[in-house]
Parts: sequence; structure tokens; C-alpha cells
Amino acid sequence: MPAYLDHAATTPLRPEAREAMLPWLGERFGNPSGSHSLARRARQAVDEARQQMAQALGADPGDIVFTAGGTEADNLALLGAAAGGTMVCSTIEHDAVLECCRSTGGRLVDVDAGGLVDLDRLDGTLDSTVAVVSVMLANNEVGVIQPLDQVVEVVRRRAPGALVHTDAVQAFPWLDVAALAAGADLVTVSAHKFGGPQGVGALVVRGGARLAPVIHGGGQERGRRSGTHNVAGIVGMAAAATATVAQRSDTVARVGRLRDRLADGLVAGVPGAVETGARADKVAGSCHLRIPGVESEALLFLLDEAGVAASAGSACASGALEPSHVLLAMGIPPEEARSALRLSLGWCSTGAEVDLALAEVPKVVARLRQTATVAP
Amino acid sequence: MKVLVAMSGGVDSSVAAAELIGAGHQVVGATMKLWGGHSDTGCCSVADVEDARRVAGQLGVEHHVFNFTDDFEARVVSPYVDEHLAGRTPNPCVECNRHLKFDRLLHRARQLGFDAVATGHHARVEQRHGRWALLRGRDADKDQSYVLSMLGQAQLAHVLLPVGEMTKAEVRRRAAELGLATAVKPDSQDVCFIGRADRRAGFIGARAPLKPGRLVDARSGEEVGTVDAVELVTVGQRRGMGSAGDGGRRYAVAVDVASATVTVGDLAELMVTSVPVGPFTWVDGPLDAGAPVSVQTSAHGATVEGTIGAGRVDLTGPIRRVAPGQTVAVYRDDAVLGSAVAG
Repeated sequence: MPAYLDHAATTPLRPEAREAMLPWLGERFGNPSGSHSLARRARQAVDEARQQMAQALGADPGDIVFTAGGTEADNLALLGAAAGGTMVCSTIEHDAVLECCRSTGGRLVDVDAGGLVDLDRLDGTLDSTVAVVSVMLANNEVGVIQPLDQVVEVVRRRAPGALVHTDAVQAFPWLDVAALAAGADLVTVSAHKFGGPQGVGALVVRGGARLAPVIHGGGQERGRRSGTHNVAGIVGMAAAATATVAQRSDTVARVGRLRDRLADGLVAGVPGAVETGARADKVAGSCHLRIPGVESEALLFLLDEAGVAASAGSACASGALEPSHVLLAMGIPPEEARSALRLSLGWCSTGAEVDLALAEVPKVVARLRQTATVAP
Repeated sequence: MKVLVAMSGGVDSSVAAAELIGAGHQVVGATMKLWGGHSDTGCCSVADVEDARRVAGQLGVEHHVFNFTDDFEARVVSPYVDEHLAGRTPNPCVECNRHLKFDRLLHRARQLGFDAVATGHHARVEQRHGRWALLRGRDADKDQSYVLSMLGQAQLAHVLLPVGEMTKAEVRRRAAELGLATAVKPDSQDVCFIGRADRRAGFIGARAPLKPGRLVDARSGEEVGTVDAVELVTVGQRRGMGSAGDGGRRYAVAVDVASATVTVGDLAELMVTSVPVGPFTWVDGPLDAGAPVSVQTSAHGATVEGTIGAGRVDLTGPIRRVAPGQTVAVYRDDAVLGSAVAG
């Protein structure tokens, strides 16, 4: 039985999501923008999903914009807002945010060694030209939760005209995003990180914040995101979100125990292994280790052979591992950043999967260390 | 055998993988990501990785991408620039084979439990009397043994070159028979990490300022012209070197970056009968001084007869000067014996 420990990359589809989607992959269809009865039924399904997403995210239904995923939601939020001024974000953001910042000539704010955004530096970076500030709620590689309330407070004080965006893609499975991101104007989520389908996401646009559209066309989503709705994807996402929220506290408790067992076991069983970030600051599904003397690529290859699907953090378009900008931003030396292992758990993770990882990781590490200095 | 095939996305390595599968080996494909720059013309662009992945899919084998960009920068790109800045003409393909394909990748493969690394090079590895021999490829026009001439017994014991027995035409025919996506892909050219747009001057110039230089006549010592960048002149180069008063051709015969001087001369001054070289690497143990060898000084150049000297290779007849930094490979018949870098 293989162990899937890469939920931060994508999660298996929840049964609730599959059930909700199946009719839309079969007998039900219709363009929600049309006027006949089939179209109106599709429209109704999208409206119901909007209601559910609003509930799950603590927003008004009119504030929900459906997108084709987290990256698109981030782009809409940031390029849409940065049209009115400068963008600011942390150095550990996902590329979907960082690249928006780079392409608009925005400013970066450092994080501390624990991966938390430096609020003093944020304070010093802000001025009246800033139009949007983006700080993720939980980091995708190391799982560290950011003090978003304090970020909001600093922004309101130093740049009252600026919007606050948070990428809550990794946070949603674990944290009460409705409460924790209540102060943010713009909130991104992505369905496939919480048991929904790939290729669909949502952006909360609170209080009628004005965004320049990134995608132009037929004016769907009140002109904020044109394009025919992905009805199956949207209803699947809403069902997954509803199930996630309903089960969240149980999942966090159950998976958090599994994660603790995994992380404790590996720190004890793999000489030299170091956990990244303080456990108390991390989401319940995140286990991130640096294993000195071992290269992530080789480690992942052998773990895959042993039936453990894991990751090192980030991959580029070619599929190659890139040295993690998150670890470098936390002041971890490049050599150590190349020895990262991310084991991320999710809604359906089991004790057996943790057992397999606990058995295989130390074995594979020992094997790699043994051969590290041997000539071909 | 369990074999890791270095798949560049080109036709040769695609067919290499297919041949090994046909021979019953357990094959996994790997593409090295070597370069994160903007060159999309080279052997490690996203498009090439996709080609390699597609071929692996067609052949039904797993495909992995290994990121060796840091090593490539440290071992190939950065020395390439430094060598040029020192007035030398490096061969980055040789250095990539030396440090990346047959060191970093081979080591990685051994770590991961593979018995051998295979590539699509046109050369052959044969066991003779319990030792490993590196031989020219069957296709004389496509022979690539020169760029592998730094390999020794330790590497050759774990290297397979399945297309070395084939001609290029046979390789393309085989790829077409197999319906491989890469069957009609053109051969790779030039230095893979330098894009067509910025070229060598742009690439090196972006990393260090280039100096204009003087052309000085070898005999008279008089200044006879100028060049835009002394670092980019290669010994043996004719273009931009002007012509003599009698209209005869002029060649760069020496480059001195420190004084920004290129010494130019006619063909007679370009010819030498001895090439200074650095230390040799040997395929199967060192040759004694005076040992007769055939000498090849460029990837597809003709060979000349000569002997191994102390810190040099002596030739039985004159050849054009070898630009410092280029590889000097020595052969006996079709077997590579070793190589050194011209000094």
C-alpha cells in the first residue's frame, strides 16, 4: 500500500465533490449565461455553489469570483489591484504572487528565520503609493502560518488606501479562513488543495473592492472574470469546501496527531534531520525536514520506488526541482535547502501511510549517505 | 541491467533508449536540467525536456528530470567565461561530459541503484582483455569519441553507448520505424547555453566587460588593426584579422588579454609541429614519452601522426596552431588513448 504524502501539491477528490460533479459530467449541462431552462438550471447550480463558498469563506455571495484556480485568483487580485499603484508581498509567497510582484516592479518584505513575515520591515516598506499588500495565510512549502491580523493592522495604519490580499490556498484545509482572513479584502482559495477538482478556484473580493479584470470577454462574474463557468468544477469545489469546513476540527486533530508522530519519528530516526519552522506555527498537515548530506532529488526518487510519494517543495515547468526560495528567504544556506523533504498530509491520510514513511525514509537516507562519497 | 539513459530530447538518445529496451535492459530515462537562463535553443530547454518525456512515454519507460543547474554553472558556464577572459577558447561540451554527464549524472545513477548510464553519443565502449576500450563510432562522419576522450576505466565500466554501432541514417530510420517524435529533429548545434539572439559576445559581455585590442604583426611588431573584444579572438581565427600588404591571409597566432594584443601572422606563422598541453587523462593508463599516436585537435577534424612529449604532443608534420583550451585527443587506430587540454 503506497503512501501519498504530497497533499500540499494536490489532494485526492473527496467523495462529496465527485457526487456533486457527476451529474454535470453526464446528463446535466447548460451554459449558466443562457436564458432557457437548461441554462437556468446551470445558473442555479453555480449560484448555490457561490452561496456555499461564501459560507465557507465568511463572505457575501456577491463577493465570490470563480476562477480557473489559485494562480488565476492571485493574478486577478494582484494585477487587478496593482493597476492602481505599487504591490508589496513577502519573500516566501507562492510564485503566483511573487511573479505578479516582479512583473509590476513591486516591493518584497523579508521573513524571519522562523518563516514569519517581518512586521517592522513591512511597516517600513509601506507608503501612500502602495495599492495592494499580499501575505499568504499559510506557506505551501514549510506550512508556517502568518500573523495576518497584524499585517492588516500595519497596512491600515501605514497605507490606508491599500488592499490586503491573502493567498489562503494552503490554509483552507486546516484553518478557519472565514475568521482568520476576515480582515483581508481579497482571499484566494484553490479547490484541489481541499479535495475538490483541479482547475478551479475562487477569489473573495470584499466590499466591492475595484479590480481591473485580467481576462476580458463576456462579462461573467460581474465583469471581474469573463469566460463560461466551469459548472462541474464549481459545484465540486463547493461540495469539497462544505465538507472541509464541516470536518475541519476533526481532521486537524486526527491528522495533526499523525503529523506529530511522523515528524517526531523522523527527527528521532534520521540522524541530523531538522524540522523547518516551529511546529506550533504550522498547519496540521505539514511536515518539512532538512536532511543534511542527502540530495532531495535522489531521496524523492528512491522514496517513490519504495512507494512513498513526497516532494521537496517546488518544481519548475520542466519538472526539475528548484532550490527553494522559501528556505533561502528564511536564511537557510543553499546547500541545506537542497536537502529538503516535504511530507504533506491531508484529509484522507492514514496511520499506515505514516508507518510506511517512518520505515522507508530512514532506510533510504542511510543508503544515500552510504553511497554519497563513493566513486562511480 | 538497470540503465539510466540520459535523454536530451534528441534523436540519438531517443534511439539509444529504444535499443536498450530492445536488448532487454531495465530502462529509465532522465533529462538533466542544466540551464535556467533564457536560451531556449540548447539541450536543456523546457521544449527538449518535453520531447524527452514524450519519447519516454512512447517507449513506455519512466522519465525523470534532474536539476544540475548549479553544477553546470560552476563546472561549465563560469569556467567557459573565465577561459575566454583569459584569452583561451574552451570546449564547454567536453567539460559538460567530464563534469556533468559522466560524473554528476553517473554518480547519481549509481546512487539510485543503476548499473550504467547510457547516452546517445556516436562512439563505442568495448571490453578487451578485461579492460575497457573507447572506440570511434561506426559512422565516421558523426564520430563523437573526441568529446568523450576524457573518460577513464572508472567511468567506462558503467557507460553504454548503444548508437555507436549505427550510422546517423540508421538512427533516424530506427526512430522513424518506432514512430518516435524526435525522428526528424535537427542535430543540436553550437553552445547550448548561449541563445541565438545574444551570441557569444553578448553572453560573455553580459558577465564581464570586454576589452578592445590591437592586432600586431608577428614579424614586424607593427600594429596592423584593431578588434572589438580581444577575449573573443580564437587562435587560428581569420575573420577580422585583416590581410597582409601583399593581400595574403592573416590569422590570429596568439592572444594576450593582459596587454590586449592579438598577434597576427600568415599561414606559415600559424603552422606548428608541436602542441603544448596540460596533464593527460588516460583511458587505460599512461603512455610513455615518445609513444606514437594519432592526434585529433577538433571534434570532427582529421588526425595527424605524432608522439607524446613532456607537456606537449609532437607531430610528424605541420598543423595549424591549436587554440589554448581546446581538447587534444590521442588515438591508436580507432581507440581513444587519452586526452589533454591545449595550453
